[in-house]
Amino acid sequence: MTPTTPLLWQTATLERVVPQTARVSSFFFRLSQPFRHVAGQHVDVRLTAPDGYVAQRGYSIGSGPESEPGVIELCIEELEGGEVSPFFHEVAKPGDEIELRGPLGGHFIWTEPMGGPVLLIAGGSGVVPLMAMARHRAALGSQVPMALLYSARVWDELIFREELLQLHGARNGFDLVLTLTRDAEKREGARGRRIDSAMVMEAIDQFPEPPKLVYLCGSNAFVAAASDAVIAAGIAETAIRTERYGG
Amino acid sequence: MATRGFFGKQRDPALEARIPPGQALTEDFPVLSAGPTPRVETSSWKFTLKVGPRAVKAWTWDEFHALPQTKLTRDIHCVTTWSKLDTHWQGVMVDDLLGDAGIEPPTGFTLAHSYDGYSTNVPTPDLVGGKAMVATIYDGLPLTPDHGGPARLLVPHLYFWKSAKWVNALQFTERDELGFWELRGYHAYGDPWREQRYTGDP
Repeated sequence: MTPTTPLLWQTATLERVVPQTARVSSFFFRLSQPFRHVAGQHVDVRLTAPDGYVAQRGYSIGSGPESEPGVIELCIEELEGGEVSPFFHEVAKPGDEIELRGPLGGHFIWTEPMGGPVLLIAGGSGVVPLMAMARHRAALGSQVPMALLYSARVWDELIFREELLQLHGARNGFDLVLTLTRDAEKREGARGRRIDSAMVMEAIDQFPEPPKLVYLCGSNAFVAAASDAVIAAGIAETAIRTERYGG
Repeated sequence: MATRGFFGKQRDPALEARIPPGQALTEDFPVLSAGPTPRVETSSWKFTLKVGPRAVKAWTWDEFHALPQTKLTRDIHCVTTWSKLDTHWQGVMVDDLLGDAGIEPPTGFTLAHSYDGYSTNVPTPDLVGGKAMVATIYDGLPLTPDHGGPARLLVPHLYFWKSAKWVNALQFTERDELGFWELRGYHAYGDPWREQRYTGDP
């Protein structure tokens, strides 16, 4: 996890863009220097203006380590008034090159030997690094029990919705609990309130033992509320790892 | 390598000199941490100065507030690429903690420890000589738990993960021992002006 040589910048070519929701798209980049990442890791992306000005941002890798060799999937939400996300959504086209370096991060990661049960809790685009974990588990055919509790505002803002429903439908130890905080319509199988300890209990009720690892990712307000719910559900604070989308 | 079609936001030349490479200005104050926010009561709060394993001085919340209080206004830089200018802090300078303990800096390296088990390493010369404090007030108000309250370390000239939240001890060590993030891929020193973000960055 601790590289001793510098992580060098490399060029990556945008191969394709796949819309996920109205504001979030998946950007698939082919790496000029392929690497294999660990589920949960991120890359730093660097854009350079003609006058030499550089903007850098970190983006979680949504693809699993096994998804597509030499290609990584970054899910980028277009933020109003942003500097980097509007570039990806409005300017970047397949064939364009950007610079990135990675994979980065040695804490908010999951590998199969770390074991489980694993509880994943996502708010909005916080699902991205957790999706990499779910995809990794599926690709390995792992028996480690895993559950994802995923909160979004409305049904159409659930990123990776169809793939998650499929993973859940396979009934091989991956549980999914969806909750929508602003959807006027009632959706079958989705709760309609903010995450609370009862929902956490429901998400883990198929686990043979309490979760060994809990990964929380979302906005700061979401992560704060969700950690309270996890702790109120009786899960050890030391099991919890957080990643907050700072703004 | 210029990126096709990227020009960046309008930049203020007066401020540009204060923003390290790869950083972008933020007006809000994002919150980042490895785990849940610990709730630390000031009634049980204690801050300890250690040399190796040995505690040389400890302060309760009230004793800490009887020490000279200093105000600092500094720019801060997070490794996740936000920078915030002119942030206002108040607390006790590390110099004054050493003074009250009646010791000179005993070794060249320090580990800061926190209530949540987090630690970070900072060379002792970066903590003394007016460079760092243990802060309890941000922008005129008690530091909130999200931002590290009741007390956090403030080492503003290094990336902000060095300014450990919920700090409860400074431990002087013989060797440079890596802290939590430094063991997980982040740079041992973390100078924003040299972009020392990750292990191996020059």
